[in-house]
Amino acid sequence: MTTAPTTPTDEAPGEGEVVLRVTGLKKRFGALEVLKGVDLVVERGEVMCIIGPSGSGKSTVLRCMNHLEEMDGGRVELDGELIGYRMRGQKYVTLPEKVLAQQRTKMGMVFQSFNLFPHMTVLQNIIESPVGVLGQNSKEAKATAMALLGKVGLAEKADRYPRQLSGGQQQRVAIARALAMKPRLMLFDEPTSALDPELVGEVLDVMKDLAREGLTMVVVTHEMGFAREVANWVVFMDGGYIVEQGIPNDLLRNPQMSRTKDFLSKVL
Amino acid sequence: MTTVQEAPPATVPEEIRVKHRTHWGWWVVTAVVLLFAAGIVKTLITNPNMQWDVVASWFFSRSIIFGLLRTLELTVLAMFFGILLGMLAAVMRLSPIPILSSVAWFYTWFFRGTPLLVQIIFWYNLAALFPTIEIGIPFVGPVFWEGNANAIVTPFLASVLALALNEGAYMAEIVRGGIVSVDPGQSEAAAALGMRNSRALRRIIFPQAMRVIVPPTGNQVISMLKSTSLVSVTSMPELLYSAQLVYNRTFQTIPLLVVASIWYLIVTSILMVIQYYIERRYARGGRRELPPTPWQKFKRMIARFSPAPTTTATGRA
Repeated sequence: MTTAPTTPTDEAPGEGEVVLRVTGLKKRFGALEVLKGVDLVVERGEVMCIIGPSGSGKSTVLRCMNHLEEMDGGRVELDGELIGYRMRGQKYVTLPEKVLAQQRTKMGMVFQSFNLFPHMTVLQNIIESPVGVLGQNSKEAKATAMALLGKVGLAEKADRYPRQLSGGQQQRVAIARALAMKPRLMLFDEPTSALDPELVGEVLDVMKDLAREGLTMVVVTHEMGFAREVANWVVFMDGGYIVEQGIPNDLLRNPQMSRTKDFLSKVL
Repeated sequence: MTTVQEAPPATVPEEIRVKHRTHWGWWVVTAVVLLFAAGIVKTLITNPNMQWDVVASWFFSRSIIFGLLRTLELTVLAMFFGILLGMLAAVMRLSPIPILSSVAWFYTWFFRGTPLLVQIIFWYNLAALFPTIEIGIPFVGPVFWEGNANAIVTPFLASVLALALNEGAYMAEIVRGGIVSVDPGQSEAAAALGMRNSRALRRIIFPQAMRVIVPPTGNQVISMLKSTSLVSVTSMPELLYSAQLVYNRTFQTIPLLVVASIWYLIVTSILMVIQYYIERRYARGGRRELPPTPWQKFKRMIARFSPAPTTTATGRA
């Protein structure tokens, strides 16, 4: 895989349609302030990679995007819609669970530890939410699921249980499961960190295909090769801040800040 | 250090046979245990005081069978409501609303903390504490319904109430343990897929918790079967009390206790078989392969001992 991605947004940032906007995001775990005001803009068709040392808050940013973590300040908007809260006068009020659940259907999420449902077959895993939450009829959902399984190269595993699959296969199923909801964007939380080295490639290949098709993706990752090859925009975080962001060529080859240089010298 | 692999020898080496060591100690232990077991069985069978003819004559008698049915009825009802109460209390206990979790905690604390026998006697004598029972809103509201406690709380209702409330307290802890055992990543994945909490609990969490909940619940059912004998204090003619009623008349104490015991053993055995199959059902996805049923094990054993014509011979014939 050496072909350069030709996504619709090879244009400069700030020109595309904004899908997700994060403004002044703050998050505290007890006394520890893990996010100290993060601003991000994700454009349609863009692949954004968030990199940084562990504990830098990059996973927390991702988990705040679909409100798996409640935030302590700032806002997240998807297509202009405030996520997790609504405004009442000058105050934010948490949304009822039902509305929040609806908002989450628009963002797919892939976890580091796959989190497939072990008591369901691969196919059942994929159709569970399209049928149960979106109300699709099960025949239609199965057809979509099989198409997605074909796309991630696992059509013949539809009737297996997750524990009968390798880690790489499980993660590909997890990607298919998230895609089955037809999300506006996909969030990947270190999708290859729990995999044996020889299985990383198959998952990254699937993600590259998705990027090429123009899927909007936010990827928290340690895979610098993937970031360099696929990302349109790379964000470097450290200590709860965005230290530096830019197109991969600039940020990865010619970082401006000493903390970025320091980090890259360790991982590249 | 690297070594060059030598080319394999041209001739196939002889098959290496494993001679299992003979464990003489096992045989000695087995012989001694069997000897004593045979001795015990012999004294039980030949002891005239066991009065096996009396056992046989009462085994299918009307009063004993009715007692058995009563015991089964109590077990089923108490377990049914006990499991419902336990699930409710477990979900309440894990609720983020403090008053709900406190109430659930208090419930388990109280009903696990007092003897079941006391609880049964208490419910049986409820009328002494509350002569009338009213249903309404405390302090303010109108009374929707009221009645005489003595008429409402029959021995049967008192027994079911006592057993179910007590069981619910134990089941609450079992169910809570099951729910807590499910990886938190599962609720996160469910939430990220747009499921609401109630749906995630029903479709994702509970089915996985069942694997942890079922084995101790089977234990509880078997224990409940025998706990029902405590309700004899409310003069409910369940299995044990039915046997007691007979031997109070005939003074054939031992044979009738044997009758009751054999029935308890039979029902327990049936319950154990049912439990095995339920556990197997919830093992789906937990292991790579389901454990074999006894029938499958039996078939495999037969297959191993019968000559298999399809297997290819290795080494010498």
